[in-house]
Amino acid sequence: MKARCCDKLVTAWAWLSGLVLTASVATLLGFLLTKGAGTLSPALFFGDTVPLDALLLKRQVFEGIFPATVGTLLLVGLAVGMAVPVGIATGIYMAEFAAPRTKAVFGLFFDILAGIPSILVGLFGFSAAIFLHHHFSGQITPCLLISALSLAFLVLPYLIRTTQTTLENLPRHVRMTAPALGASKLQTIFYVLLPQSLSGIVSGIILSIGRCAEDTAVIMLTGVVATAGIPASLLSGYEALPFYIYTVSAQYADQAELMRGYGAAIVLLAVCALLFALTAFIRHRLADHLLYGAR
Amino acid sequence: MRSQGLVQGLLAVAAAGSVAVTVLIFGFMIVLGLPLVTSGTFFNLFTSSWLPNEGLYGIVPMMAGSLFIAGLAMIFSFPLSLGCAALVAVLAKGRVPALLHRLVRFMTGIPTVVYGFAGIFLLVPVVREWTGSGSGMCILSASLLLAILIAPTMILFFTDSFTGVPKSYLAAADALGATPVQKFLHVVIPCSWRGLTTGVLLALGRAVGDTLIALMIAGNATAFPGSLLDSARTLPAHIALVVAADFDSLEFRTLFACGILLYAFTTLTVVLTRRMVADKGGAP
Repeated sequence: MKARCCDKLVTAWAWLSGLVLTASVATLLGFLLTKGAGTLSPALFFGDTVPLDALLLKRQVFEGIFPATVGTLLLVGLAVGMAVPVGIATGIYMAEFAAPRTKAVFGLFFDILAGIPSILVGLFGFSAAIFLHHHFSGQITPCLLISALSLAFLVLPYLIRTTQTTLENLPRHVRMTAPALGASKLQTIFYVLLPQSLSGIVSGIILSIGRCAEDTAVIMLTGVVATAGIPASLLSGYEALPFYIYTVSAQYADQAELMRGYGAAIVLLAVCALLFALTAFIRHRLADHLLYGAR
Repeated sequence: MRSQGLVQGLLAVAAAGSVAVTVLIFGFMIVLGLPLVTSGTFFNLFTSSWLPNEGLYGIVPMMAGSLFIAGLAMIFSFPLSLGCAALVAVLAKGRVPALLHRLVRFMTGIPTVVYGFAGIFLLVPVVREWTGSGSGMCILSASLLLAILIAPTMILFFTDSFTGVPKSYLAAADALGATPVQKFLHVVIPCSWRGLTTGVLLALGRAVGDTLIALMIAGNATAFPGSLLDSARTLPAHIALVVAADFDSLEFRTLFACGILLYAFTTLTVVLTRRMVADKGGAP
């Protein structure tokens, strides 16, 4: 009798937990979507400016999130562009070349890097910018380039780890076949192992794109500003979607600006949901041999 | 053969560079924080309160803010996560486990700032009405939202370790006539306590290191918080708020003390986590 009571209690608690979690997320996102759905239109991005003029950079957009969107795109492109070559190279080194001891020590460092709170990466970027400003060139202040570099540091461990684990988890027979046919170690890596791990590596890249797009703590210390327009160069300030959402929530001037905040939150959420769906698609549908066969 | 040496060298340079980044971040904080120790203000950080106009730069209220908000979030989130993981891995049948698992995976992709934005305009007013006093921006609101944010980290880890329990153990329990709940309580949980600890440590690191939720929701008061309904400031939020100050000022230097504390804490959780995972190899 007592056992059955306990059974019921535990089951009820588990279901309740599932329900509470689902309900909380549904409420938060549902609130956002119902409140902000009305703002989704070209005007959200371009305000009063003619979209074509804005896209061709002929005219600056003031009452829209176009500059923030462009800023985020540039930021993500730069950061991921810097992080991917280094991250994948390090992942390959860790999986294929590193001696067991090196691997253990380096692995510890990468785990620590992955655990560092993003605000500290931001603080580092800020200090580095000031340091460079004093010692190298007065032109360097917190800017797009510094932010992108800091974000690259932030996502580096994810790229390393996804590349490394995908390579290490390849089945043994895949690893043995090419050397048995007389391929050198490099040939094996570049013609067999890497193509076979492509889906894992690409998932890692998409994951880091999402991380760069959503991060706020790093960029708010390293050069993002509330109004900058389209950045003129790598060394200028810029706007970004997550920071726009943050500033609106902290200090909105009028109802219209608040609604743009809702709109920006939905846009950012949609981007992240899209990236999530993309990784799920790559994991499930695009089997490795498909990619390999298409070469 | 020579090309292999070249490629291997390049890859090794990339790896060494990645290690250097980790060291560089720590080195910067040590070097820039060092003047605090030499000027003797270091220990004042842990005794006074934060009154920059009077030259007092104590960070104890922020340490307390971090501790309360992260601790409370863990208290809310752990039972919730354990229940969800039990549902996904053991107790539920049919489509529910797969759907819930997918939702949790999706949650890892939701931007923190979006949680914060929805929290400000939905959760904060509710808490304000509920408590009947203050602005609603308090430790309670922040920790409730943070609990949702860190839940996926725990659920995914718990679920993985629950499903990793050897099938033969479960079959043995089945043969003895155990109900699913008995299996969960007496076989699955004892077999996966390492996974449970790892998940908790990772989530704790995430909770302590998070900037945005506390910055947006907790109100950022610099006084030592006296109750759950008081506004408070966490260490990461403190760094974000003070950084605009003058680079050479003492005020700015104290941020590196906060930074070193956070770095030390997260490194500790990482080292403990790694030890947990490494031990697994030796245990049955």
